[in-house]
Amino acid sequence: MNKLASILAGAAVATMAVVSTANAGAVLNAIKQKDFIQCGVNTGLAGFGIPDSQGNWTGLDVDFCRALAAAVLGDSKKVKFTPLSAPQRFTALQSGEIDVLSRNTTITLTRDASLGLHGAGVWYYDGQGFMVPKKLNVKSAKELKDAEICVQSGTTTELNLSDYFRANNMTFKPVVFATLDEFKTAYFNERCQAMTTDASSLAALRAADARNPEDHVILPEIISKEPLGPMVRRGDDEWFAIVKWVLNTALEAEEYGITQANVDSMKASTNPNVARIIANRDEMGVKLGLSPEWGYNMIKQVGNYGEIFERNVGTSTKLKLDRGLNAQWSKGGIMYGTPAR
Amino acid sequence: MTTFEDPAVPSEPPRVAPWNNPSVRAWVYQVVVMGLVLALAVYLINNTLTNLSERSIRTGFGFLDREAGFRMGESIIPIEPSNSYGRAILAGFLNTLKVAILGIILCTVVGVVIGIARLSRNWLVQKLATVYVETLRNIPILLQLFFWYAIITGTFPNSQEAWKPLPGVFISKSGILHAVPVADPAHLWIGIALLVGIIATVFYGRWVRRQQQETGRRPPLLGPALGLIVGLPFLVFLGFGAPLAWDLPVMGRFRFTGGQEITPEFLALWIGLGLYTAAFVAEVVRGGILAVDWGQTEAAGALGLRRGLVLRLVVLPQALRVIIPPTTNQYLNLTKNSSLAVAVGYPELTSVTDTTLNQTGQAVECIAIMMAIYLAISLSISGGMNLYNRAVQIPDRR
Amino acid sequence: MTTLVDPSAPTAAPRDNIGVVEWLRTRLFSSPGNTILTLATLVLLWFVLPPMANWFVLDAVWWAAPPEVCRAAEGACWAMIHEKHRLIIFGRYPYAEHWRPFVAMLVLIGLIGGSTNRRFWRRELAVAWAAGMVVMGVLMWGGVFGLTFVETALWGGLPLTLILTTVGIVVAFPLGIILALGRQSQMPIIRTLSVVYIELIRGVPLVSLLFMASFMFPLFMPSGVQISSLLRAQVAIILFAGAYLAEVVRGGLQAVPRGQVEAARSLGLGYWPTMWKIVLPQAIRMVIPGIVNSFISTFKDTSLVAIVSLTDLMLAARQAVGDPAWRAYGLEGYVFIGLIYLIFCYLMSRYSQRLEVQLYTGRQRL
Repeated sequence: MNKLASILAGAAVATMAVVSTANAGAVLNAIKQKDFIQCGVNTGLAGFGIPDSQGNWTGLDVDFCRALAAAVLGDSKKVKFTPLSAPQRFTALQSGEIDVLSRNTTITLTRDASLGLHGAGVWYYDGQGFMVPKKLNVKSAKELKDAEICVQSGTTTELNLSDYFRANNMTFKPVVFATLDEFKTAYFNERCQAMTTDASSLAALRAADARNPEDHVILPEIISKEPLGPMVRRGDDEWFAIVKWVLNTALEAEEYGITQANVDSMKASTNPNVARIIANRDEMGVKLGLSPEWGYNMIKQVGNYGEIFERNVGTSTKLKLDRGLNAQWSKGGIMYGTPAR
Repeated sequence: MTTFEDPAVPSEPPRVAPWNNPSVRAWVYQVVVMGLVLALAVYLINNTLTNLSERSIRTGFGFLDREAGFRMGESIIPIEPSNSYGRAILAGFLNTLKVAILGIILCTVVGVVIGIARLSRNWLVQKLATVYVETLRNIPILLQLFFWYAIITGTFPNSQEAWKPLPGVFISKSGILHAVPVADPAHLWIGIALLVGIIATVFYGRWVRRQQQETGRRPPLLGPALGLIVGLPFLVFLGFGAPLAWDLPVMGRFRFTGGQEITPEFLALWIGLGLYTAAFVAEVVRGGILAVDWGQTEAAGALGLRRGLVLRLVVLPQALRVIIPPTTNQYLNLTKNSSLAVAVGYPELTSVTDTTLNQTGQAVECIAIMMAIYLAISLSISGGMNLYNRAVQIPDRR
Repeated sequence: MTTLVDPSAPTAAPRDNIGVVEWLRTRLFSSPGNTILTLATLVLLWFVLPPMANWFVLDAVWWAAPPEVCRAAEGACWAMIHEKHRLIIFGRYPYAEHWRPFVAMLVLIGLIGGSTNRRFWRRELAVAWAAGMVVMGVLMWGGVFGLTFVETALWGGLPLTLILTTVGIVVAFPLGIILALGRQSQMPIIRTLSVVYIELIRGVPLVSLLFMASFMFPLFMPSGVQISSLLRAQVAIILFAGAYLAEVVRGGLQAVPRGQVEAARSLGLGYWPTMWKIVLPQAIRMVIPGIVNSFISTFKDTSLVAIVSLTDLMLAARQAVGDPAWRAYGLEGYVFIGLIYLIFCYLMSRYSQRLEVQLYTGRQRL
């Protein structure tokens, strides 16, 4: 009986210990308590989220998490990355495994409405395209009738692909892979005659994963809108607002010309918008639940959107992506940061 | 003065306190364990429900009727993106069954051959079989699947330069394509003729055995059997005017279309699972044969039976009793291992459920469906094998 | 005149009963059927072996070389292994600290190797294991004695595979014993629960358990509970291995003669002392080979954690061949880790077979 009693007591203690760690409070509190942000990123997509051989992460999506960490915790290094494949990402976010998902993920109605997620804004305007080996001499996606097409499972691209072929009355054969790794290996081993995913990812794969980038062409058709952006769980408005404003502030900073280099001198700027971002005017950051230095830390440590873009995927990188849609609205793009007013 | 109890007088059973009564204690233990298990279950379910509603994730199985929207690479039943998730999962399940059944056939054939070869008196054959078993069963199946898939996509030619080993057969990175007869009403009747032929052969075989037992003479079996199984359908085929239209694979712009297709994904999975499990089946077969008393073989030899006949008529029927239970386990393992198809992109149950889970976000429901289906497959295979096992069991002569 | 042979003098055996000829005759050409079989096998080998030898050895690039050299060669590109072996074996563990998982691995292999020797089957072995585990923990995690802290998310490669396997089996073992006893129990509820657990776990693929543990676990917990993904995968492996070990142990329990239990009970021993002192020691002794076999399957099964993004040997190899410069040499990577798995599993299975012979001496008729 003694033994039984001690087992029961043990179980009770264990249950209580678990319960006491339960925290009904906001994600932000938990992040401040553990002192890092758990960020879900791609398993290895050059320019967006990829670890080098030392395990250091780089990329557009990765830098968003760094900016978030700089704004929230004052240090862009206080972030841990969880590499996720496409079928795993939403479960990981829903379950609380990660705090924010920044993994070239398309914001859609279904995902907001029934997956319990919340897209916080657009970090990269993208569209779905096709890549084919040059030697097949394909000029248009309309010629891809009966082709075998490599696609990743559980993505919007998988759905768009069948919609596009349905709309054009063509048949095709999907070869579906769960991970990016298997997906690209299959395409480059010529298992499929075409691959489809977001155009930016195609550029990344061609630049970083093709043995000879000139052997592959990206077809002109863009068959869908793919607004990619960070996502958070539903049910925590404070955290959602922080993610949303970190994103918009990076855009605003570019518009006002605040850069990593001049952020210190800009602190004295008389422009009230600039002052709200980096000089704690009106204490906006504090009202969001951040520190007075949030905007300054973010720009100083990670940079504005333009800098982040150029560094990771811009024309000087091997991805050679134009700003295109992702240029500021004032420069012919549709990036339009909500005002820091 | 002391009194002695009369041992002949039955005494009352010793009275024990309830907490020392074994049956009371047993019930207390059980109630406590049951309570703990239930408490844990309630705790977990409660957490899950709270979390789901907090994060406003949709629940319930309503999604099964919604349009799936994704196209599947291969399926036994016709399936379109406009079909429901439920039908997609059904198609995935059928794909699992397909690879499991064909895999079981492959692993049984290869396993029995290798198992017997392990006991061969031929040194070369025996050593090769040993190398086969030791290599394949000691390397993880996932790695073997990757390996086979890499071989197929790495060494097979493109569709443009496809190998043509036989007329109407094309082998390329897109898989094996072969010609199939064009659907014709005659096929149904040929099938029926084949069935009739097989049933008739079974009855004829029984008659042959009875004749042999009664008269000691064995009427010919092979000729009539061939006539029934091959000849009868052939006559029907001729009777319908020999419809010989073939659906040939035709090279299109990118690949062959038409005919029947065996995809590289299926091929890698089927070969990988079949050959891996065969190594285990071989060991089971070898153990079963060794378990038959050597005296049986000697006695059969003394009766003048040839070695092949000894194996077929004396040793194998007895070995089967020992072989069947562990073989069932191997069949179950093969079926469960087919869930690794996600690694090579074959759209079986796990893969389709994963996609569904990701499109609908309903992880709990999807995983529950998947586990329930695997469980049902497992239980029905083991149930079926138990029945068969009972049938081949030699009646006990105790 | 005839010479008489001295019957006691040794005679030489007939010429074709000795030496190579005899060996060939009895083993390869004893009958027409056998001869055909031998010849057919030889023809098969003739077609298979030379190309394989060419690929593996003769045409292969053995030395360290850039990928261009490999592209020019016909055979295997072992230069890829030369370039990537540390990534394959240690995964993403910080490069400068690779000696730590290496030493931890040696400690673990030493412990396993030591445990195979029956002379060491004493109480001290458990102490050695406990000490070894502490040493490994210190080496892998660090954070003390001036070692930098390395989080479990960075653990990878062969050390991770070995740790998942060993910890899995060691912890699953008591679970397996309890479940096996539960399945044999007289108490209907306990028996039913044990049967349901065992059949449920054995009926579903490990992948689905791993998926649940890796991505759905936080859904079952109150919000805020953080458990590392490695630990969760480890728990899934333990729960899985426990069900299989339970069946192995049950085999042993059934083989213990009923008289042993009856004798113990008549001596007044209760249930637990009977099991602990009389039944289990005999039962477990009988099923040690089965336990070693479970160890082998668990070792192979850990490769599935690659599917849930833990960088074990398998995923590390896949990441290594993901490098575009070396992508064409995936097969070499698979052959390399295949050999590692093969060597470990083969040694363990030989050990299990030897143990079977030793332990069953005097028990089997034959």
